[in-house]
Amino acid sequence: MAEINRDDVAHLARLAHIDMNDDELDRMAGELAVIVDSIRTVSEVAGDDVPATSHPIPLSNVFRDDVVGDTLSNEEALMGAPDNADGRFRVPAILDGE
Amino acid sequence: MTDLIHLSAHSLAQKLASKEVSAVEATQAYLDRIDAVDGAINAFLHVNTDEALLVAAEVDKARSDGDTLHPLAGVPIAVKDLIVTKGQPTTAGSKILEGWQSPYDATVVKKLRAAKMPILGKTNLDEFAMGSSTEHSAYGPTRNPWDLDRIPGGSGGGSAAAVAAFEAPLALGTDTGGSIRQPGAVTGTVGVKPTYGGVSRYGAIAMASSLDQIGPVSRTVLDSALLHEVIGGHDPHDSTSLTDPVGALVEAARMGQVEGMRIGVIKELQGEGYQAGVLTRFSESLELLRSAGAEVVEVSCPNFRYALGAYYLIMPSEASSNLAKYDGVRFGLRVVPEGTPTIERVMGATRAAGFGDEVKRRIILGTYALSAGYYDAYYGSAQKVRTLIQRDFAAAFEQADVLISPTAPTTAFKLGEKIDDPLAMYLNDVATIPANMAGIPGLSLPGGLADEDGLPVGIQLLAPARKDARLYRVGAVLEALLEETWGGPLLAKAPEIAGRK
Repeated sequence: MAEINRDDVAHLARLAHIDMNDDELDRMAGELAVIVDSIRTVSEVAGDDVPATSHPIPLSNVFRDDVVGDTLSNEEALMGAPDNADGRFRVPAILDGE
Repeated sequence: MTDLIHLSAHSLAQKLASKEVSAVEATQAYLDRIDAVDGAINAFLHVNTDEALLVAAEVDKARSDGDTLHPLAGVPIAVKDLIVTKGQPTTAGSKILEGWQSPYDATVVKKLRAAKMPILGKTNLDEFAMGSSTEHSAYGPTRNPWDLDRIPGGSGGGSAAAVAAFEAPLALGTDTGGSIRQPGAVTGTVGVKPTYGGVSRYGAIAMASSLDQIGPVSRTVLDSALLHEVIGGHDPHDSTSLTDPVGALVEAARMGQVEGMRIGVIKELQGEGYQAGVLTRFSESLELLRSAGAEVVEVSCPNFRYALGAYYLIMPSEASSNLAKYDGVRFGLRVVPEGTPTIERVMGATRAAGFGDEVKRRIILGTYALSAGYYDAYYGSAQKVRTLIQRDFAAAFEQADVLISPTAPTTAFKLGEKIDDPLAMYLNDVATIPANMAGIPGLSLPGGLADEDGLPVGIQLLAPARKDARLYRVGAVLEALLEETWGGPLLAKAPEIAGRK
């Protein structure tokens, strides 16, 4: 299995939308290599016959009646936003250029 | 009335009910204590003075009017700052949520309000509950009341330290891999992680949704049972919430009986890596339980050795998705970089500035474990290990009614000692993580002081899912036997806290 290297960390940081400078990438790559190395044994433990557990106490088909409950008002939903306009979240340009 | 703050929640509730003490007096006594010592402890990120006193006054008025009140009405409580509260800030210990206020209350907070328990404030934690020492808080570490140069555990170090320093009789915590129990162990307090789904998670800021659980923090086993009954029960707002009734937990704590019970010592959670003083106190507790008529047996859980590794794949994977919402759009911090500020650049700059190192590490690790090509080998394999851990527990509970182990391998370490070594930090949770992986309940109670450093040792009890009452039943017996040998509660041995710094 491939170990995690600096290029991997740079790629992952882009995917996770966290800007990282060179120092951070170096440090993070070193730390994560140690961590990944210590947890890789996990991949060798269980065979194909062992089912995966995604949830500790399985529940299925949790339904509720299809009625409107107490919900946040538009004002409440926006009260913690860094910026808003016309009752909506306001963000900078979605696309680059123009 | 400085003695007021040393009462258990149960005793305080009795004095309130008999009108020997007013809720305002009790709440003011705790606020005064916070004012006197929290400069040194840093357990609180926000103190909710006005509202707490207002609620206390309401309780006193209702009581004098002869209204029926909840048994804990007027007993103050502190809330971990991962749990959202209307009218108070919630930071999750992160800069990214600095100054943010929730537009709604967590279900557990609604229940505290319904019981008219004055909320003293919000307690410090590792950022987004990621850590074992509270050093990863963006607002400075909390200090252990037993030794101000040592960690109070984490992530709920603030709640545990507040209760240990008599700044609150009760607190709420959250436990994803030990964040209630390990701080309990190193501060000489009681902490309980209920069965997964036994207490609603609605309004607890999510770290790892399949592992997170809210639970009680207190100074006695009975006090945790009292609080557990307040916060437990089904909540339609949390689709993972169990529909079972809470159960007779207080009754179990009062009954406190272990005769004929089988108590299983987990072979894999002792020995190498465990401090000698921790193991000595642990053996003494086993002896006391034996003397009270319990049968102590050894059980083996061979797959626990993979639990830590599997946890550090599942938890970061879930955390990396849960923390995607901090994008500078809907709440909290927004950093606009120079140049053309597209939303993508804003997100990158906001998350770089708002998250601390440990949060970034776990997001990157989770993103890695979930990425194409690694998913099966890492996340998929970790979920299989989870099945193996559940099978180990199932086999162990065929031989024993409850299981027992030290809560943490060591006593409180020094601030700064492990901050640069993430792996060493993660090892603190080796004994607490298996319960979260299997969704079973666990309780930590004080087991005495280690000979080599005079610091608190925690004893952990584990029960099968939905059998939380057993923890209280056994915990109360062990607590009573231990306090008999100490001649009083362990916290009576804690040093005086020097005034404000």
